[in-house]
Amino acid sequence: MATIQETITRLFPDATIEQNPIAQVSVPAQQWHKLAYELRHNPELDFDFLVTIVGMDWADKMGCIYYLTSTKTNAHLSVKVTTADRENPSIDSVSHLWAIATIFEREVYDFFGIIFVGNPDMRRLFLSIDWKGYPLRKDYDENPEVNPVTTENERQTDFTTLYTRDAYGKLVAEEKRVFEPDDFVVNIGPQHPATHGVLRFRTAVDGETIKKIDVYMGYIHRGIEKICEKLTYPQTLHFMDRLDYFSAHPYHHCLCMTIEQAAGIEISRRAQVIRVLMDELSRIASHCLFIGTYCMDLGATTMLFYTLRVREQILDIMEKTCGARMTFNYECIGGVMQDLAPDFVDDVKALLDVIPGNIKEYNKIFTGNVIAKNRMEGVGRLSREDAIDWSITGPSGRASGWACDVRKTDPYSIYQELEFDEVVRTEGDAMARFKVRLDEITQSARIISQLIDNIPEGEYCVKVPKVLKLPVGSWFRTVEGCRGTFGIYLESDGNTKPYRLKIVPPCLPAAAVVDHITRGSKIADLITIGGSMDYIVPDMDR
Amino acid sequence: MEVTTKSMPYEAWKDNEYIEKLVAELQGAGTNVIVGSLDKLINWGRSNSLWPLTFATSCCGIEFVSLGAARFDMARFGWEVARSSPRQADFIMVAGTIVHRMAPVLRRLYDQLAEPKYVIACGACAVSGGPFKKSYHVVMGCDQIIPVDVYLPGCPPRPEAMIYAIMQLSRKIKVERFFGGVNRQEKQKEFLAAHPIEEVND
Amino acid sequence: MVLAKIFDFALLTEWIDKTLNSFMPEWLTVVTERVLIGLVLLLTYSVLALFYIYFERKVCAAFQCRLGPNRVGPWGLLQSIADMFKILIKELISLKYTDKFLFALAPYLVILASMLAFAVLPWGKGLQVINFNIGIFFLIAVSSIGVLGILLAGWSSNNKFTLIGALRSGAQMVSYELSIGLSVLTMVVFCGELNIVDIVERQSDLWFIFSAHIPALIAFIIYLIAGTAETNRGPFDLPEAESELTAGYHTEYSGIHFGFFYLAEYLNLFVVSGVATLLFFGGWMPLHFPGCDGFNAIMDYIPSVIWFIGKAVTISFIIIWFKWTFPRLRIDQMLALEWKYLLPINLVNLVIMALIVVYGLHF
Repeated sequence: MATIQETITRLFPDATIEQNPIAQVSVPAQQWHKLAYELRHNPELDFDFLVTIVGMDWADKMGCIYYLTSTKTNAHLSVKVTTADRENPSIDSVSHLWAIATIFEREVYDFFGIIFVGNPDMRRLFLSIDWKGYPLRKDYDENPEVNPVTTENERQTDFTTLYTRDAYGKLVAEEKRVFEPDDFVVNIGPQHPATHGVLRFRTAVDGETIKKIDVYMGYIHRGIEKICEKLTYPQTLHFMDRLDYFSAHPYHHCLCMTIEQAAGIEISRRAQVIRVLMDELSRIASHCLFIGTYCMDLGATTMLFYTLRVREQILDIMEKTCGARMTFNYECIGGVMQDLAPDFVDDVKALLDVIPGNIKEYNKIFTGNVIAKNRMEGVGRLSREDAIDWSITGPSGRASGWACDVRKTDPYSIYQELEFDEVVRTEGDAMARFKVRLDEITQSARIISQLIDNIPEGEYCVKVPKVLKLPVGSWFRTVEGCRGTFGIYLESDGNTKPYRLKIVPPCLPAAAVVDHITRGSKIADLITIGGSMDYIVPDMDR
Repeated sequence: MEVTTKSMPYEAWKDNEYIEKLVAELQGAGTNVIVGSLDKLINWGRSNSLWPLTFATSCCGIEFVSLGAARFDMARFGWEVARSSPRQADFIMVAGTIVHRMAPVLRRLYDQLAEPKYVIACGACAVSGGPFKKSYHVVMGCDQIIPVDVYLPGCPPRPEAMIYAIMQLSRKIKVERFFGGVNRQEKQKEFLAAHPIEEVND
Repeated sequence: MVLAKIFDFALLTEWIDKTLNSFMPEWLTVVTERVLIGLVLLLTYSVLALFYIYFERKVCAAFQCRLGPNRVGPWGLLQSIADMFKILIKELISLKYTDKFLFALAPYLVILASMLAFAVLPWGKGLQVINFNIGIFFLIAVSSIGVLGILLAGWSSNNKFTLIGALRSGAQMVSYELSIGLSVLTMVVFCGELNIVDIVERQSDLWFIFSAHIPALIAFIIYLIAGTAETNRGPFDLPEAESELTAGYHTEYSGIHFGFFYLAEYLNLFVVSGVATLLFFGGWMPLHFPGCDGFNAIMDYIPSVIWFIGKAVTISFIIIWFKWTFPRLRIDQMLALEWKYLLPINLVNLVIMALIVVYGLHF
C-alpha cells in the first residue's frame, strides 16, 4: 500500500493523500488527465478496474470521486477531482482508459451536469433530452411544474455531442451521428418480452446481423438516490429491496454494514449468521429464476416452471421469517428485524435435500440439449480483459475468467470462516455464464449447510439509538450481490439524513457492454446475450 | 342482481356495494329481452377470456410470473395466453412503477390495445406512486395517464391478490352492456378527451 | 374380405344425393350439396381448431406441472369457445400507412390454404370432399399458399418486426417444403399411387410404416421435423418468436384477423398430422396384421373416422411435445439443419426406397 502512495507522490507532488479508510488522492483538475493515465498504465500502479464514479455536489464546488481497484494486487484507491465552476463544470474524460467510464460519465453528466471533455457520447443517460435541470444537484428545482408528466412522445435525436478543448481552453461542442444515415434501425423495447424489464435497444441491423446497438435506459429511473437524501438512515433501507428485487438481502446487508461501520455499531454473531444465510438463500432463488427466464428467452418455456418450484420453496422460508415474499426489509441497523421462524432450520434442510436433484434435472432437460448447446456455445464471447475494462462483475465476470467474488477478494461478515469455491470459467460465452450460475447454486447450498446446524444463540439485534446520527465523513463498501459487485458510497455531514448516498449497481455495466459483445451476431443472439448478462433494469436505473 | 364468478360466493367479495351501484347505473333503464340475452352471451365470452399484455416494469412483474407458474397457475381461469402484441391483448396489468420517461410509452401501448380494453393498476407504485412519493421522476399513479378499472394495492401484491383483482375485473365486465345504454366505453372516452395526445407523424 | 365390415360413408353420401335428386332439378341439387359440404367443412374446421387449442393448453399444462383451464365449463372445456366469442367481437384496428387491401387479404389466404388441404384428407371410408387422381400432389401444392399469406401479412403491416418475421417465415417454409416434398415422394415411390383413396387402400394389409420398414421410418422422422417447421411451431417458431419479435408476422393484427392466424396454426398442425397419418399410418385404415384375422376383425369394429382422427391427434401430440421441450433454433442453424442434413439424407433415402421397390425387399 505504501508503495502506491509513494509512487503517486513521486509522480505528482501536488497530490494530497488521506486514509479514508480507502486511500483517497486529491489532485487539481488539470493534472487528472495525466494521473489517470499513470494509474491505468504505470506497471507499479496498474489500476485496471474502475468500480464507479461518484458525482458530488459540495455546494461550493462540484466534482467526482473515482473508485479504482487493481485486479492483480487487489489494492483499492479513490481519487477526488473537483471543479469550482458551477455554471459549466467540466472534467477530463477517462473513457479512453476504462471503457465503462463512457457510461459512468454519462450518468454523472445526467445527474450533475458535469461535462466530461473527450467523452465521445455526452448525452443524458436516464432522463429524456428535454429534462430541465440536473436532479442530484443540491439546488435542483423539484417543482413538478418544471418537468410535468407528459404523454407526448419523447423527442429523440440521432446525434451525440463530443466536447473538446480548443487552444485557448474553451469548450467546443461537436455533433456526431449515432447511426449511419442508411442504417436499418429496429427499435427493441422498452416494452418487449426479452429485455427483462423496460430497457430499450435501438439496433442497426443488416438482414439478421447486428451492426450496432444504442442502449437507452431510464424507463424505470425512480431517483432513489435523491429520495434517500430526504430520509433518515433507517428509512433509506427499504429502497434496497426495490433495486434488484432478487438481491434484496445482500443489498440490505451492504447498506446496513456501511451505516454500522460509520456509526461504530458491532452486531451479534447470530445476526451475522442470519444475514449470510439469507444472502445465500436469495442467491439460490435469484439464480433459479435466472435459469428459468433465460431458458424461456431461448424458447424452452417449460424450464421456467421447473425452476420456479425451487424458488417458491425459498420464498416460503423467507415468508415465514421475514413476513413477505419479495420486499422483505429484513436486515436493519444493528442486526435483523425479527428472529428466525421456529421451523426455519427444518425448512432449509428440506430445501437442501431437493436442490441436487433439481440441478440434475435442469442439466438433463436443458444444458445437455443439442439445440441449447448450439445456441449458447461461443455466443457473446467476452474476454477477461474486456470484462475488467467494462467492469462486468459477478457471475458474468467470473465466466470470463476474472475471479471477482467480493466474498473472496474482500471478505466481509463471516465469509472468511466459510468453505466454498469461487466458480470461475474461462470460456466467457453465454454457456459459461449459464453454467457459472448453475454451479453457484451448489456452492451457496454448501455455505448454507455449513451454517444451518451452527446458528449461535444470542440477540438478533443490538440496541441502536432511535435517532441515528453519523459522524462527518464518507464510506464506501461493496458486497457480492446476486448479479455482481454492489457498492454503497455514503457521505454524511453529521445529520440524521445522508448528504449523499450513491448506489453502485452491478447491472449498469452488464447492459452497457451489450453493444460491445453483440456486434456481428444475429438478432436471436441479442436475446441470448442479453439474457445471459442477467441484468435487472430497476437496478441499473435506480 | 348478484354478480359473481364460479366457486366464489357473493358474500365473499369485499366491495359488493360498488358493483351494485354499477349495475343500477348501467341497467337502470331496463333491457330488451333479445338484446339483453345477447349482451349476456358476449359478456360471458369477454369475462371468461381475459388475455393479459406482457407488461412489467419492476417487482410486481416478477410476482406476475409467479402467478403464471405452477403454484398459482392463472391458466385455470384462462388468463395464461399472455400476448406480447398489444393488438391482441385484452388488458394491461400495469405491474410496477411508471416514470416520466415511460409515461408516453404506456399511453401508446394503451392506445394500441384493441377495444374492449381494461387496465389494472397493480402495486402501490402504479396506484399512487407508492414508496417513491418523494421522487422527481415518478408518475404518482398511472391513472394520470390512462383510465384504470381495478386498483390493486400491495408492494408487491401477492399472486392471490392478483387473482382477486382479475376476478374483480371479470365481474365488472359481466355487468357491462354492449348494445345501448350507458357503458364504460363512454366514460373512457370522456377520460381520453380530457387527456389528449398529439397526432404521431412518423 | 375383412374390409367389408367397415362402414362405407359413400352409402350415406349417395343416399343424400339420391334423395335430393328425387325432388329437385339437377342444378339445384349440385348447389345444395356444395353449400352443405361447405357448411360441414366450416363446422368441422372450427370445432377441430377449438379442440386443438384446448388440447394444447391442457397438454402444455401437464408438462409444466399445472392444471390448465378448468373453470369455464366442465374441465374448462368451454374455455376456447369463450376465447372465440371474445375474439369475434374484438375491435379490428385499421392502420395508417399500410396497404389496406393486402393487409386484410393476408389472413384469408392463410385460412384458405389450410381449408383447401382439408378438402382432400381421407376422413373415413368413402368420406372425403374430392377424390382425384393427383390428390397428394394437390395437397402439397395448396399447403404452400400459406406462406404467401404470411409474407403478405408481414409486408403489409409496415412494421419492422413483422417484416423480419415474414422473411424468416419465407426462408423457413421454402426450405422445409423441399423436405416435405421429398419424404412424400419417397412414400409415393413405394406406393406407386398419387390418388389418396388408393394410397389408403394399399395399406389395408399393413401400414406403410411397417411394410416399407427402415426408409419409411426415416422418411417419417424427416417428415415430422419438416412438418413442425412448416407449421411454424417450436422449436421452429422463429417467425413468431415471442421473446425476439413480439408476435412475429401477425403483431399488428387484432380481433378476428388475428383469430384466423391463431386458428390456421392449429389447423395446419392437424393437416400435417393428417398427411403423416395418410402416408405412414394407413389413413383411416384400422390396424391390420396379415395372418391375424381375429385381431383384424376386432379392429374393424372401431369406425374409420375415429381411427383417422385418433391417429392424427396422436401425431399432433408428439409435435406439441417438441414445442414444450426444446429451445428455439437460430435462423442460420435452422437453415443449416435443412440444407446440410435433412435434404441429403432425404435424397439418399429416396434412392434406397427405389432399390427396395425394384428388388421387392418389403413386406
